[in-house]
Amino acid sequence: MSEVISLNLQVWKQSSEDEAGSFEFYSVKDISIHISFLEMLDVVNENLQKEGKEPIAFDSDCREGICGTCGFVIDGVAHGPMAKTTVCQLHMRHFENGQTLVIEPFRATPFKIVKDLVVDRSSFDSIIQAGGYVTVSTGNAPDANNILIAKENAEDAFDSAACIGCGACVASCPNASAALFTSAKISHLSQLPQGKIEEDERVKSMVATMDDEGFGACSNHAECEAVCPKGISISNIALMRRNLIKTIL
Amino acid sequence: MSGAIPEKEYVESVSKLDGRVPSGDIEDKWDKYKSSMKIVNPANKRKFNIIVVGTGLAGGSAAATLAELGYNVKSFCIQDTPRRAHSIAAQGGINAAKNYQNDGDSVHRLFIDTIKGGDYRAREDNVHRLAQISTQIIDQCVAQGVPFARDYGGLLTNRSFGGSQVSRTFYARGQTGQQLLLGAYSAMMRQVAKQQIEMFPNREMLDVVTVDDKARGIVVRNLKTGELETHSGDAVLLCTGGFGNVYFLSTNGKGSNVTAAWRCHKKGAFMANPCFAQIHPTCIPTSGEYQSKLTLMSESLRNDGRVWVPKNKDDKRSAADIPESDRDNFLERMYPAYGNLVPRDVGSRAIKKMCDEGKGLDPSGRAVYLDFGSAIERLGKKNIADKYGNLFDMYETITGDSPYSQPMKIYPAIHYIMGGLWVDYDLMSTIPGLFVLGEANFSDHGANRLGASALMQGLADGYFVIPNTLGNYLANTKLDSVSTSSEEFTSAKNESKEKTDNLLKIKGSSTALEIHRELGGVMWDLVGMARTKESLEEALDKIPKIKDKFWNDLYVPGDANTLNKNLEHAGRLADFLELGELMALDALNREESCGAHFREEYQTEEGEPLRNDEKYAYVSAWEYNENNIPVLHKENLDYKFVKMTQRNYK
Repeated sequence: MSEVISLNLQVWKQSSEDEAGSFEFYSVKDISIHISFLEMLDVVNENLQKEGKEPIAFDSDCREGICGTCGFVIDGVAHGPMAKTTVCQLHMRHFENGQTLVIEPFRATPFKIVKDLVVDRSSFDSIIQAGGYVTVSTGNAPDANNILIAKENAEDAFDSAACIGCGACVASCPNASAALFTSAKISHLSQLPQGKIEEDERVKSMVATMDDEGFGACSNHAECEAVCPKGISISNIALMRRNLIKTIL
Repeated sequence: MSGAIPEKEYVESVSKLDGRVPSGDIEDKWDKYKSSMKIVNPANKRKFNIIVVGTGLAGGSAAATLAELGYNVKSFCIQDTPRRAHSIAAQGGINAAKNYQNDGDSVHRLFIDTIKGGDYRAREDNVHRLAQISTQIIDQCVAQGVPFARDYGGLLTNRSFGGSQVSRTFYARGQTGQQLLLGAYSAMMRQVAKQQIEMFPNREMLDVVTVDDKARGIVVRNLKTGELETHSGDAVLLCTGGFGNVYFLSTNGKGSNVTAAWRCHKKGAFMANPCFAQIHPTCIPTSGEYQSKLTLMSESLRNDGRVWVPKNKDDKRSAADIPESDRDNFLERMYPAYGNLVPRDVGSRAIKKMCDEGKGLDPSGRAVYLDFGSAIERLGKKNIADKYGNLFDMYETITGDSPYSQPMKIYPAIHYIMGGLWVDYDLMSTIPGLFVLGEANFSDHGANRLGASALMQGLADGYFVIPNTLGNYLANTKLDSVSTSSEEFTSAKNESKEKTDNLLKIKGSSTALEIHRELGGVMWDLVGMARTKESLEEALDKIPKIKDKFWNDLYVPGDANTLNKNLEHAGRLADFLELGELMALDALNREESCGAHFREEYQTEEGEPLRNDEKYAYVSAWEYNENNIPVLHKENLDYKFVKMTQRNYK
């Protein structure tokens, strides 16, 4: 396999929330297959600057798949073709020479486009503010080993808590539902004794906020689970629903 | 600071700095001090506005805790939400002297390990306080719902980390930083909902505003709209992390920068020990010129992984074909007592030494093996996958190779900065009312930080130190009301606007990325893992030239009135260029080796760092001096409790 590839990119360009956007075409040459997708875009942006053109705006920070800052849609798939991989960890060795790639922002009504591939995900913060915490102020805590937690519960809680808040679940859902994101936090806390106490209030409030923010309802497409870079399971959504129903019954 | 190579007389100290450490026994001085402090009564707390910049472990925990106490908190971060600060990337764990493993741990032992790990260049009293507080942090985090690893009986479990002979590291798989940060973030969100915290994401701090010589506000740029805003308060808490990105390639997030701290430095906050930069031994080696960052492989891997190179440097067989007898497990050979778990600075230098001897692996010669073969044989693949599965997956995602079937290749990389803004025992800088927490300050790690201690320090500062010391400051200080329409605020805002506009006016032909890469190359080669008088003088000759290129040939596309990532990068690079020079100067001044600061001229016969306690048992705190060489102030490290000795991990 050759060490470099060429690509044709169709990238969504939009100068601000209020302006109309459109696709721009970029022909990209001599991309090393060892670099990441974002590093490939860095190269494109360097070349654009050299030509006096405006670079493509995209977000990223840690570039190791944990901060949740990066993310866009490649050929219709949030975070691109590799399972459990954010775009910053996606490497060019998975693409073929001459391939055409369509790159778009995470689209959902509550995610306003800031610029090009950058979207506003502050509605996720609002959902957490509605109850995604344990009510405990600093200084109140008992000795850590006074709270016993079965190993498997701790592991399951961790699996849910691993969410990075990137928004891929919303972008891939036909209803733009934030059910996976919301349920992951609910389920993380419900599986621990510390979080159990407030679980009724939490689920009611967080689900109501999710609706208020303009996210759609979940209708079991499971697209969210398929694209989640952290492999968060839709069984979290089932738990959220059970908890919600329990508060009504 | 001018570009001239400094003569010795330029950096003579002009004053001794006082850390304002309370007197008394080290073991109970923090408790006694706390009970002697003035406090702000609950009804009055709501009258104070506190500005917290940064939402990592230090900033997030401080904002949440101060809001819980009743202060009005304004929290700022450069990310789109406070949940993304780079603390999130910390993998391995957090230390605490719980002694849950009954292996002889204690506050005293953690204190001594940290002091020794820092090669006797930290402030003794701060470190003891840190060790004391460590146990409360774990309690707090568990209460918040942080899913730490558990044993089958439901109790917390621990792992070992470098520089320690006990197991005191609490962890949540390889994502401990993420879980701790989300704990602090959740606590913050609770306070946002109560309107006790007002959240300002997408804001970059460009200046601190002082009124009557006290920090009373900040200038920030709204990164989405380009608008400059001013905010006033009764105190400013700077929790803006470290500046490893001065090296261009580091394990820091792309956005991590020195700008907020540097602008405070230019307003009078002293910068302490800036040359103490930690190089983490186990990172994925660089792969090519377009690489944008380096990825760390957690230190916890050294619990089971063995570091080796072929004994014969011409041995080009693949790892699997090289029998044990032809492998040099050099950490085990050189440091039998600690083996693969030597502290980071020691491990990094040993790896460099092997590569300098020509034993590094292909293709670059800048890599060694980290091998799990014998651990998989001993414990089984499943066990290893349970412990390190996500790290192995991450390695395979990046390199395309599976560590289950062949050893990892690793090489040291810039990871953490022990230096930072100087603070006293109360965490206050030399600007009254400006407090500095977490990696942004210099105080606890000396010349080398032990693994799993960054998370401990960030949370100690935010959850448990600042809520006490800030109250003491507010209760003891006369603070007149200030307005953002005052001269101090408007002129600071105009200055920041001018600085930003100037970057756009240059219209040269070099991008910020190109210039940053060039600076990083100089910093890594000349102010990196090993330094000499010559290399540092060369750096002090080269950096001003890069700075000239920046100010004469920079090209920034777009304008200042919109989201402009290139403009953000250029602004941060302007400050990195000035910082780089100060780091080289600081390293040149310190004519000894200690911890991560390795001056090749000063080493023992065995190649270990050779300290000079007589001359350099002090903190170098630099005062900014416009258009001139900065002024060095010294805080003498007067150890009353610990005896300084040569570190020995053999």
